[in-house]
Amino acid sequence: MLSKRFLTGILASKSQKISRIDPLKNTHIGSSPQRKDALAKVTGRAKYTADMDMRGMLHGKIFRSTIAHGRVTSLDCSRAEALEGVVAVVTYDDCRGIVFPTAGHPYAIPPARNDRADRNLLTDRIRLYGDEIAAVVAEDPVTAEKALELIEVEYEEYPFYLDPEDAVKEDAVHIHDGGNILGQNSLSLGEEDPEEVFKEAAHIIEDIYESPQVQHCHMENHICYAYKDDADRIVVVSSTQIPHIARRIMAHAFSMPFSKFRVIKPVIGGGFGNKQDVVLEPLTAFLTMKCSGRPVMIDLSREECMAWTRSRHGMRHYMKTGVDRSGRIIAKTLKSYGTNGAYASHCHSVVAKQGGDFLRHYPASRGSSFQGYTVYTNTATAGAMRGYGIPQINFAVESHMDDVARAIGMDPVEFRKINVIKEGQADPVGKLKLDSYGLSACFEKGLEYIGWEKKRELYKDQTGEFRRGIGFASFGYATGVWPISQEIAGARITMNQDGTVQLQVGATELGQGSTTVFCQMAAETLGISYEMVNLNSTTDTDMDPFDTGAYASRQTFVTGNAVHEAAVQLKAKVLARAAARLEREADSLDIRDARIVEAESGADLIGLDEIALDSYYHLPDSGVMTADVSTQTKTNPQSWGVTVAEVEVDMQTGKVKVLDICNIHDCGRVLNPLLAEGQVQGGMSMSLGFGLSEIMLYDPNTGRPLNNNLLDYKLPTSMDTPELGVKFTPVHENSAAYGSKSLGEPPAISPASAVRNAVLHASGVGINSLPINPQKLFEAFKKADVLNKETINV
Amino acid sequence: MTQRIEFTLNGKKLTVDINIKESLLEVLRDRLHMTSVKQGCGVGECGACAVLIDGVSMNSCIYPGPRAHGKEIRTTEGLADGEDLSVMQRSFIEAGAVQCGFCTPGLLMTATELKESGKSYSREEIRREISGHLCRCTGYHKIVDAVEKGLKE
Amino acid sequence: MYDISSYLNAGSTDEALELLQNRPEARIIAGGTDILIRLREGKHRGAALVDISGIEDLSRVWLDADNTLHIGPLQSFRALERNELIKDLLPGLAAAASVVGGPQVRAAATIGGNICNGATSADSASTLFCANAELVLTSPGGERIVEIADFYKGPGKVDLKAGELLTDIIVQEKDYRGFTGHYMKFSQREAMDIATLGCAVMVRTSEEILEEVRIAYGVAGPTPRRCPEAEMALKGTPLNRENLDLFAELVKKELLTRDSWRGSKEYRDHLAGVLARRGLAKLTGQGDCDHDTEN
Repeated sequence: MLSKRFLTGILASKSQKISRIDPLKNTHIGSSPQRKDALAKVTGRAKYTADMDMRGMLHGKIFRSTIAHGRVTSLDCSRAEALEGVVAVVTYDDCRGIVFPTAGHPYAIPPARNDRADRNLLTDRIRLYGDEIAAVVAEDPVTAEKALELIEVEYEEYPFYLDPEDAVKEDAVHIHDGGNILGQNSLSLGEEDPEEVFKEAAHIIEDIYESPQVQHCHMENHICYAYKDDADRIVVVSSTQIPHIARRIMAHAFSMPFSKFRVIKPVIGGGFGNKQDVVLEPLTAFLTMKCSGRPVMIDLSREECMAWTRSRHGMRHYMKTGVDRSGRIIAKTLKSYGTNGAYASHCHSVVAKQGGDFLRHYPASRGSSFQGYTVYTNTATAGAMRGYGIPQINFAVESHMDDVARAIGMDPVEFRKINVIKEGQADPVGKLKLDSYGLSACFEKGLEYIGWEKKRELYKDQTGEFRRGIGFASFGYATGVWPISQEIAGARITMNQDGTVQLQVGATELGQGSTTVFCQMAAETLGISYEMVNLNSTTDTDMDPFDTGAYASRQTFVTGNAVHEAAVQLKAKVLARAAARLEREADSLDIRDARIVEAESGADLIGLDEIALDSYYHLPDSGVMTADVSTQTKTNPQSWGVTVAEVEVDMQTGKVKVLDICNIHDCGRVLNPLLAEGQVQGGMSMSLGFGLSEIMLYDPNTGRPLNNNLLDYKLPTSMDTPELGVKFTPVHENSAAYGSKSLGEPPAISPASAVRNAVLHASGVGINSLPINPQKLFEAFKKADVLNKETINV
Repeated sequence: MTQRIEFTLNGKKLTVDINIKESLLEVLRDRLHMTSVKQGCGVGECGACAVLIDGVSMNSCIYPGPRAHGKEIRTTEGLADGEDLSVMQRSFIEAGAVQCGFCTPGLLMTATELKESGKSYSREEIRREISGHLCRCTGYHKIVDAVEKGLKE
Repeated sequence: MYDISSYLNAGSTDEALELLQNRPEARIIAGGTDILIRLREGKHRGAALVDISGIEDLSRVWLDADNTLHIGPLQSFRALERNELIKDLLPGLAAAASVVGGPQVRAAATIGGNICNGATSADSASTLFCANAELVLTSPGGERIVEIADFYKGPGKVDLKAGELLTDIIVQEKDYRGFTGHYMKFSQREAMDIATLGCAVMVRTSEEILEEVRIAYGVAGPTPRRCPEAEMALKGTPLNRENLDLFAELVKKELLTRDSWRGSKEYRDHLAGVLARRGLAKLTGQGDCDHDTEN
């Protein structure tokens, strides 16, 4: 090892060239280093759950109902049990009393505030077509499949309800005890009763807006396997966004100690909220218990995944708005019906959240109210999906804003500018102070990008067969779930012998790139290179600190704070050790480029590697340098943004082509531009599918899902997706350790709304229900008598 | 019922005993551990299982295992030359085309076919050529960027 | 895993016919993009698959001495869309081939398989209807020739007897010479989709006179179908807007569209008129009518 004197000598000469780094000028934050998992993913090495192999793996399959509502009157599994290769058949009779909620929410104290526990592991009370009656475990998947066909079942059928407003009728059969209204919310804002204020309004505009249940369609279906380890604990390997919560739900469901469960999340092929529920974990755990701890895997088919996991809530919105002569919204009301599907999942929190957004984004000056009903139906269970209710309300509100502006003869963007939430306005719903606000800048950038005034004029009075239009929509979106729910995150950093570090977080990588960004954060604060920070994308509840997981666009914010705190603590330990060795004051030192430097001058003093090595092996005084933190975050900044879109509408066939679209985001500091753009483009594409083509369909006669496959469910292909423009406004959020706000979900909110408004501009016809597919547009054009008759000039 | 087939996998000649009921996807994943080949739908709608068969990108989930006999098959495992990534692998990383990564191996095989064709493709043409691959993370934009970039190199 | 009992390779037509004989459980597999999906759905359990994909004689496209066009049923859509002879003589068929599924599906799926499945949505069928294609069906007893319109018997039903193999698709010179043709697939997505309505148009003009117009639709009825009355009405008429509109009105009357959850009858009827008008206009060089109607 080189002597201290020698090192100081050579480095002192180098120090001339090292200038002090401005703490505001980040080295790693704002750069786009190679994703930590990129190499594994492009070489095919990345191991997803299906790629893990265990000797003697058994395969589970679920026996599902072929009626939409009713109960099982008899079930005979004897032939399935007798089939060679079948290891176990379990039915609802084997697991009565195992009842649990599935949503990946943080636990709430007091327990009464938790989600409705209405899910049985298996059930004889059938609540949707495909409900889970029994499960077969066999030596191989083909045998398990064959065994399913040998199970005989008889049912008593009840009427079924696909529409929430049918399910709330007085004579409707209760899907669950307690009735079909799962949750009711009432919220109001403003001093006055909106119904009274309406009487003074210059204009009152009322309308109904609807959006359907849609599906996440992550490319990796739900998959999970479980086994007992050598300590007789149950290990569950699952494609989940919420490993720690899944562990808690299983412990509660089986009334077993938390420590009996270990959840491991390998590389995941997307989730988008559908894996923010326990879906297969409890059943798979149960099956391994029934099979002497042998590993049992359940690997859902695409058809099962699309019909019987979770979905986005379908919503129907009854909206009424009163404006004064100047175009100011003085009062507004909303009544929402959310299609919850057969089981509670995220319960009524989605409907509640979108009600808050309705009140907040374009606040009425005198009074506003929201009433929401979350209603059980015999359709796919609705849970979390990217945007958590906000894409639905955004479609309704932003459509309505254009419709009102049109009715009062105002430019739709002018109308929005008058009414949109302003800088400095406290969040009226969450009562949280809003810090950063870049919405005005997003408006301006968007309008400039699309050439608003020019094109609004240019496309005014078209008569041709193909007509163009431009549209606008804006949004706000929270960052995390505080103060409704707990926001807690953990991070642990251990310094290795050479100054590299092991970072551990309980947050979940699901493809969005969180692993990469956490490493950038740690590198930034520790003053080391990105390459020196190691974090794999596996989450393991035995190894990784507690964190509630990937949802609510929270991780870069909430977990980011934890990573920062851990890095700060570790850095302090490093500097203390360096100070002792260098015989200087710790606060006169800093770490830059993995070197200990004099903070003031930047003069190089000693390598971090030497300090690190010392911490392990210094004979009289060693101690590995680690930091292990759990931080709570009690702020919740709003992200902001707009979409501008230009479309061309075929006035004959109803086909809409998006010619140009751009999202402009205020997401606080952009931590990694390449990943951020990728998030935005993915969200935009998801919203375009929501806007133009996607819908889950059910047979009205049987309640059977009609299009639970990728041919009939119209997920956009590369040929359906336009070039996706992305812009950011430079904003710094002070309550975030690294200045960032939410970006995971916000991009999926406003594109559908902007496209709807562009279609309105082009055709003069406003479509109030999604998706705006060709047939729907044809019918609307026909009704409005604008089906183009001037066709071809011969 | 087993059948012995011979084919070339990533440049290496193999003799494999397969069950005639297996799809090529199952032969590759379960017998030969080529886990880059992903199953996303099982019916040829998503492209996650695409491999190159005699140089052409095909869905291995709707390709009978026995038909692989005599074919030259390539998967993502065979794209890199030791530690050296192929042009398309590199451009997928650099363009930010990789998110969850589940569609990536299939797309890389189609991109490799395009690269090896020696032809040039506009962004519109690239969109058509990759239209057999569904991706829910990226909105395809950066995948088109990656293929475009890789074709230019 | 496909639930099949055996997998048999046929190296020649004779070998295929031999394998098909006396095997009621035998099913032919060509590209496999359809039968393997049906097997996965639980249909044709225990089938003996006879793989004909290796029969080279059945994948050629050629002109015989009489200028009759022969299309080998094992031509993949990928090969068809790139085939110079097809692009030249039956451009509508090349257009249809280019919009089947996506690239991977086109690389596997064959025109013969597309026809023998008997689906009304088969993209290649409408053009073959327009071209009065004839199908050569071979059995150990010999050959018989069936017109494509007679081959389709109903949804998923074709006139293919047990033990028979489709060995050639024939188009006479009179059915392509002088014609231009186009195929318009109207579907919700631009790729990987099934047609809401498919429309093939072929037209022969002289000066400004429509000498012959042929039109056929997929998904406008249980089988693909032509519109003979509309075609007759336009024969020898001048090319003008009135006639295009008339044509659009007449085709609707002849179709047997139905309501389904994939599209309503009313919408399909309307689309049929739009596609007829646009297709004819495109082929006669009138205006920007092909604008984004199709994929």
